[in-house]
Amino acid sequence: MRTLYQFHGGVHPAEHKQESSAHPIVMAPLPTQLIVPLQQHIGQRAKPLVQIGDRVLKGQMIGQADGATSCAVHAPTSGSVSAIEMMPMPHPSSLPDLCISITPDGADEWITRTALDYQNMNPGEVRNRLRDFGLAGLGGAVFPSHVKLNPGKLDKVPTLILNGAECEPWITCDDLLMRERAAEIIAGAKIMQYLLSADAVLIGIEDNKPQAIAAMRAACAATGFEVIAVPTRYPSGGAKQLTKILTGKEPPSGGRSTDIGVQIFNVATAYSVARAVLHGEPMISRIVTVTGNVEQPRNYEVLLGTPVKELVALTGKQRNDTQSYIMGGPMMGFALPTDNVPVIKASNCLIASSPSLFPAPPPALPCIRCTQCAQACPVNLQPQDLYWFSRGREFGKAQEYNLFDCIECGCCDYVCPSHIPLVQYYRFAKSEIWAREREKQQADLARERHEFRLARIEREKKERADKLAAKTQGSKAPAANADIDPKKAAIQAAIERAKLKRSGVTPKNVENLSVETLKEIDEIEARRTQLKQAMEKQSDSPK
Amino acid sequence: MAFVSTPTSVSAVMLKVLFALVPAIAVYQLYFGPAILVSIVLASVTAIVAEALMLRLRGFPIRPFLLDGSALVTAWLLALSMPPLAPWWLIVLATLFAIVVAKHLYGGLGNNLFNPAMVGYAVMLISFPAQMTQWPTLTTLAQAHLSFADTLHYIFSGTLPVSLKLDALTMATPLDTLRTQLLLGRGVSDISNMPVFGYVGGKGGEFLALAYLAGGAYLLQQRLISWHIPVAFIAALSLLALGFHAYDAARYATPWFQLASGGAMLGAFFIATDPVTGATTPKGKIIFGAGIGLLVFVIRTWGGYPDGVAFAVLILNMCVPLIDAYTQPRVFGHGERKS
Repeated sequence: MRTLYQFHGGVHPAEHKQESSAHPIVMAPLPTQLIVPLQQHIGQRAKPLVQIGDRVLKGQMIGQADGATSCAVHAPTSGSVSAIEMMPMPHPSSLPDLCISITPDGADEWITRTALDYQNMNPGEVRNRLRDFGLAGLGGAVFPSHVKLNPGKLDKVPTLILNGAECEPWITCDDLLMRERAAEIIAGAKIMQYLLSADAVLIGIEDNKPQAIAAMRAACAATGFEVIAVPTRYPSGGAKQLTKILTGKEPPSGGRSTDIGVQIFNVATAYSVARAVLHGEPMISRIVTVTGNVEQPRNYEVLLGTPVKELVALTGKQRNDTQSYIMGGPMMGFALPTDNVPVIKASNCLIASSPSLFPAPPPALPCIRCTQCAQACPVNLQPQDLYWFSRGREFGKAQEYNLFDCIECGCCDYVCPSHIPLVQYYRFAKSEIWAREREKQQADLARERHEFRLARIEREKKERADKLAAKTQGSKAPAANADIDPKKAAIQAAIERAKLKRSGVTPKNVENLSVETLKEIDEIEARRTQLKQAMEKQSDSPK
Repeated sequence: MAFVSTPTSVSAVMLKVLFALVPAIAVYQLYFGPAILVSIVLASVTAIVAEALMLRLRGFPIRPFLLDGSALVTAWLLALSMPPLAPWWLIVLATLFAIVVAKHLYGGLGNNLFNPAMVGYAVMLISFPAQMTQWPTLTTLAQAHLSFADTLHYIFSGTLPVSLKLDALTMATPLDTLRTQLLLGRGVSDISNMPVFGYVGGKGGEFLALAYLAGGAYLLQQRLISWHIPVAFIAALSLLALGFHAYDAARYATPWFQLASGGAMLGAFFIATDPVTGATTPKGKIIFGAGIGLLVFVIRTWGGYPDGVAFAVLILNMCVPLIDAYTQPRVFGHGERKS
């Protein structure tokens, strides 16, 4: 039995898992239109590869990874490209981003799919293929997987963790995936283990999912992988929290989990890795929980790009009191401003929200410093202090009190008796600090440019003045300065050369040089000798 | 922000605190007569009126802030701290000072630096020392047979039934007695045999302390307070008392006496645990609680006042920003703090 470690704080909200977990995964039918954003991952947006009117096949790459932290985007079904334009994204303020719209032709015709013989491939090549398969973390952060699967300078990452905790209330997509497709998750884990040269593979699942635990244990037989039931306590599924629970080690603040020899992936990402490597299928679909105020809460396997509106319509007749759809869970998710946005790689759950399910909190009262939040904080911050500093715009203080260690899990919001939207204050403070940082950088850059410009103008002015002075002087009194009289100088130089010749030392390669240059060389030589003497003197003196 | 929250509220917190005070009020009333009920009503009415007025003056919505219940908690704690036969104006003045000056002039709920009830109490103690130290004792009250009507009459008019004299009714409190008798050179065990003393503390007062302990246990069980402050307070006070009692039993009272008398238990569970004015970090709470315990012992033993809970709390309130700043816990993923 493995010793489990505890993280500080945490909360246990009502789970609401059984609503959607009682039914098997349903394949969502082809939607009428697919809107595929080119930015579904952290990092650089993919570059579009198709043009309007092109016919694309299911699984065809339509957006190419752009840079190291980026990954490809694919056509979820066969059809024709109907638009490439800015479309609202599933985002708290539905910011638009570049999307490729595809009208399905109904044939659902695949590209040629070939499995990778990954064990006989260069790991770098496997990672590039994963990037081209569009692999990004499905746990919510959608970080390109090929980057995380690179041990980098380290030879290996000793511990690979699969995150099947799924600690947010309402969400059951990972639960269902583990119940139904455990074998392929484990197959994916093996590929990940190979790429990271990991010794141990730990799979953490909250103990409120006994069926998933049983299925995963069965699939792990004879693999040496360890399925570990962890206590149900939000946010045990936070990458850092799960790492702590399973290994006792804490990923350093501001660092990476690989710093402590751990890499962590969501179980659904492992599943997608297996589909990609063993079946040649790029990431074009994911499991999405649709639950809340709907007639038939279910988990659907949904093509990425399916409009939310069409997906939720599958659950039955829309209820009148549904006010919005929450993407993600009720702790960290956000209300979609419109249902006219696509399902993306990050969309694990859609909750139809109604006033009775999620009543608006009463008006916020002042903080009474009761420290319920500090007791609930899984990062052991002092949320009441951070709130005070954020509200008072003391951003330096907030940073000093480790504002940037906040994972925005919402535990403090959840327990606050004054109903203060604490996380919003932290986001506000963070964005203000980022904005100031950017402004400062820009100001520094502008100042440097300005100073450089002033210096340049000054230099040019001086050069012009010098030139002018030389010109006027040269025309008025050409013979006044003996030094620049070419005849005398030439004679002088000749005498010196003769002197040198007599002393037996001849400067090399000076035959074709002008008088001025020769003089310059002489001057430099004189300075060098002086310096040399000075240095010799210095080295002689006692230290 | 999270779409879900625990069904808690400031009002619920404050109501539970009031509920936790009920056993103490019952015991109080049982031993010291109905005057406490009058005090509570007086303080509550004054607090609510003052709170509403201040909210109005400051342009705050009155309803949500009145309903938060914090003014009532201040009023009840104040009433329980004041002498039971205090004249009406003393209670009203103390409450006014607590709500208007200590709370609202410092920014209202959540912003006040000093515990409002203790500010009200301390200001009255300094301004009206005679009235503030007139405590009836169980013995005298039992002999006096003061009825509810007599009590009311006395509180509002200041006159007692002709058969009674105030001197006959009030006596020095156990802590006061101990203090003065020690100064007169008597030993602790000798003093403890005086009629004002009960089993371990003052007669009646020791049961009141038990009632506060019960209320505190409820608050702990409801997780409204954490163990740090009360435990540190009680530990510091009793360890000091134990040490000195062991050193010279004739001059220093037992830890039991220290805990069972005066405002020790009320202070440990209800006053020092006021979240607004107390330390917030776990280590800070321990320092804060222990600091109060230490000061209570120091003031009781060597200070100019028989009890020191109010002053100890106020002094530690001043130290809270400093305590919090130096006791920040280790944040996840950080090494041990260097500073």
